[in-house]
Amino acid sequence: MELILSHINYWVAILLMMIGFYALIARGNLVKTIVGLNIFQASVFLLYITFGKVSGGTAPILQKNTELYSNPLPHVLILTAIVVGVATTSLGLALVVRIYESYGTIEEDEIAELDSKEEN
Amino acid sequence: MLSQLPALQVVIPLIAAPLCVVFRNKEIACLVSQVVSILSFIISLILLQQVLEVGVISYALGGWLAPIGIEYRIDILNSFVLVIVTGISSVVTIYSNKSVQYEIDTEKIYLFYTGYLLMFSGLLGMTITGDAFNVFVFIEISSLSSYAMIAMGRDRRAVSASFTYLVMGTVGATFFLIGVGLMYSMTGTLNMADLAERLPKVYESKAILVSFAFISIGILLKLALFPLHLWLPNAYTYAPSVVSAFLSATATKVAIYILIRFGYSIFGSDFVFSQYPTAQILASMSIVAIVVCSLVAIFQTNIKRLLAFSSLAQVGYIILGVSFNNINGLTAAIVHIFNHALSKGALFLAMGSVALVIGSVKIKDINGLGKKMPFTSFAIVIGGLSLIGVPITAGFISKWYLILGAIDKGWWPLAIILLLTSLLALVYVWRIVEVMYFRSETNVSEVKEAPISMLIPMYILVAMTIYFGLETSFSAGLAKQAATYLLGMSG
Repeated sequence: MELILSHINYWVAILLMMIGFYALIARGNLVKTIVGLNIFQASVFLLYITFGKVSGGTAPILQKNTELYSNPLPHVLILTAIVVGVATTSLGLALVVRIYESYGTIEEDEIAELDSKEEN
Repeated sequence: MLSQLPALQVVIPLIAAPLCVVFRNKEIACLVSQVVSILSFIISLILLQQVLEVGVISYALGGWLAPIGIEYRIDILNSFVLVIVTGISSVVTIYSNKSVQYEIDTEKIYLFYTGYLLMFSGLLGMTITGDAFNVFVFIEISSLSSYAMIAMGRDRRAVSASFTYLVMGTVGATFFLIGVGLMYSMTGTLNMADLAERLPKVYESKAILVSFAFISIGILLKLALFPLHLWLPNAYTYAPSVVSAFLSATATKVAIYILIRFGYSIFGSDFVFSQYPTAQILASMSIVAIVVCSLVAIFQTNIKRLLAFSSLAQVGYIILGVSFNNINGLTAAIVHIFNHALSKGALFLAMGSVALVIGSVKIKDINGLGKKMPFTSFAIVIGGLSLIGVPITAGFISKWYLILGAIDKGWWPLAIILLLTSLLALVYVWRIVEVMYFRSETNVSEVKEAPISMLIPMYILVAMTIYFGLETSFSAGLAKQAATYLLGMSG
């Protein structure tokens, strides 16, 4: 129990990661897949922010009377990763729109069925 | 000027990409990407020469010295990969004009070249950078643009293939991100040279083991080693021909470079191969990849799909070489990156010409192609021979080193399996050759040979496939130097 409480942020990150991963794998709906992908990525963002926390440190903003800051580098890295995540999401959703236009469905199994009909 | 070359290598294509959007003209966009590719090729050759003369080049981006700033670090391995990527891109862009006009809507052509240049600069950035997080950024630049390019294929299945690739590629890149984060949390640095120095002190830590696992799985997804390959066949089959040629010749190869870089020079072969059965795991995965994917390739009816599965098998050969952890194995891996890029590039370009002239790349539609398109068909034959590994083609050189590596490692049975799997390659290449040359009835009576502007780039690659099968001091010589350097580095 203590192990869980003292590392609660790590546990939350792992839990989110598993939720996202499950949604990614188990859901046939393409939009839900994207949602899963987002949750999965967000968990990694949390993990990075956790690494950067210095116990007792404040937010890494330059101000008087503070000596101890959290490590700002992970924040900066994650800012980049968030931008990448947004780009991935928008591209993914754009593809979903095009899939809907040409297949008339966004369910994975129905798309696979349409594809296999075309093969034969 | 010369000292700025490492930055220019990445920056030129990156700046040229928005230029294409500014002009909104398909001819200018095509010309811009040709000029940029050739310029990058010249830069990479100069860099290679500099590396051969003075050793490792380190470039501090923006004047911020490593390990605080981002460092571009060029040694013999990545200067060789840079030459491959830029060389293939030069050939592909010269080829592209007619094929792209045929396969892509006219109003989207300038966007196609924009995406192409972004993908190109992403791959160059992945190769040249000396910073672990920077690798992630460039992976995503090249991947995002390649998703968009695959989706430009004419078939609607291109879009769903691109979506699958997007999901799997993002999972792979995110795994890589987790691994880099764990490494950072243990060592406090992201610079590759710095990491290599600090990691041995924390080898015992479980976090480093987990980080290695995440990074390797992430990269293996990107380079599509069986069974992490599901995105690749459809993506290569339905993407525009130019994109298939460029992706198969460079994208997976750069991912393999990243694997070699992390395995040998960051984590170090001591950590990767001595403490855990990494060699056995990688070798068995690659053997399965070679056998299963070659077998699947035999039963394909679409030639581009057949070539995609053959690519997967060839990735297996390369990773097998990586897993040997000896000079010959690593040389085989590096030289096969080069040789396979040549022969598979030539084959996909040939399929692009077939698609342009006939309008189909199904095996049943190319009966008697050998008489009607003699040059294209001959290119397919030579490329196919190189895939099998017939002597005097480049493919033979890599197989030769691979078998030497297997023997050095003491894995005798593998050498025999390698010879037998070449027979599988023979079967799938023969299926194409038989249809092209030995069928009495022809269903391609109306067609003419592909335009000369497509034949010349195709034949540059074909000529190099044969040239580097005879004269190996450039390809295998450099690969061996790189392998010696990598193995020496990790002691």
